[in-house]
Amino acid sequence: MTEQVATQPTTATTSPTDAAADILAVAREQVLERGERLTYDQILAVLQTSDEQLEELLAIAHEVRMRYMGPDVEVEGIISLKTGGCPEDCHFCAQSGQFTSPVRSVWLNIPELVRAAKLTRDTGASEFCIVAAVRGPDAKLMEQMRAAVAAIKGSVDINVAASLGMLDAEQAQDLADMGIHRYNHNLEAGRTYFPNVVTTHTWDERWETCQLVKATGMELCCGGLVGMGETIEQRAELADQLGELEPHEVPLNFLNPRPGTPFGDLPVMPANDALRCIAAFRLALPRTILRYAGGRELTLGDLGTRDGLMGGINAVIVGNYLTTLGRDPQEDLALLDELKMPIKALSDTF
Amino acid sequence: MTLISPDAVFCPRCGQPLGPAGIAGGEHAVCRRALDLEPPRYCVYCRRRMIVQITPSDWTARCIEHGETTESTWAPA
Repeated sequence: MTEQVATQPTTATTSPTDAAADILAVAREQVLERGERLTYDQILAVLQTSDEQLEELLAIAHEVRMRYMGPDVEVEGIISLKTGGCPEDCHFCAQSGQFTSPVRSVWLNIPELVRAAKLTRDTGASEFCIVAAVRGPDAKLMEQMRAAVAAIKGSVDINVAASLGMLDAEQAQDLADMGIHRYNHNLEAGRTYFPNVVTTHTWDERWETCQLVKATGMELCCGGLVGMGETIEQRAELADQLGELEPHEVPLNFLNPRPGTPFGDLPVMPANDALRCIAAFRLALPRTILRYAGGRELTLGDLGTRDGLMGGINAVIVGNYLTTLGRDPQEDLALLDELKMPIKALSDTF
Repeated sequence: MTLISPDAVFCPRCGQPLGPAGIAGGEHAVCRRALDLEPPRYCVYCRRRMIVQITPSDWTARCIEHGETTESTWAPA
């Protein structure tokens, strides 16, 4: 435990005043020219920029993305293998069994998973992520995954990713041995706000699973949500801690308040704040895949979706989410074509 | 577009009774807007919570009494 704590990032608490003086010039010189990520104070200064500065901020973030990640956009589909009935109490999630959400518990069978993987591949996607609403996988779920991964790999040319909650070292290695390409486990929130979001496990446990995933050689997908009532400082903290963790991919979710959850009555995040987050996360993570995840349709709409793709985002989830619906995949693909952003080929994902 | 069914009694999103305005108006206007980005969760005939399965390209919602609704047969209002 001591070793784990020693490896965790420390978040500065000093005033951002100095860093905020001309943060856009700093971002251009430090991140764009030298490729060095922003510090906590600098991320905070980005999040405090005005609406008048937003266009320039997004332009810098886009230049950073293009220089260090290129024009390609990674496309992914996600699917729920086991929906609902989760014992955890993540306050944003309609799948917790602790809330009065209308989501009923259900398992998807393997033929349906394979069918969904094929349809996802047909969109040009290179990644198909299987998700289960659990604290962590038990033996039954691991066996389901083994069968599902084998069935998909036997008939669909697509990378298989997984998100099954907290892992021990043996489970992480087992998933890597199955051929799981990337494992998702979000920090969800900055460390200081996390206890307001989840009480059934700790931020440290999530950090530990992330380290176990990296140790196996699987790519780590780790992001979080914004718009959950956190302060701007705590938003900056999440971006800074993700920068310290160095995941391969960061999925950025915007809270979509779900009926029956503790966060069900929170307001939808203003679009300009969401766009500032996108730019800030890109500048905190210049060489990381930054993916549009849940909530973008509600928070940003069509115009904001375009602005985000021109402001640091270089990956999308196409189609539906786990309990909510997304845009028609063809609309996203047409937008990428219009923006001259080619879909990343499967052969470029290793 | 037309209402899901003239016999619909309950809101497919919140499960509360539909008024004379149906799902397109009154207290369920918010539900109607939300259903652009959500599948139905409650059976509109009996208010049972349905078993909903979502894939990247489609969804199904099944009531044990009234059968299955799919994306292709669904038109909330």
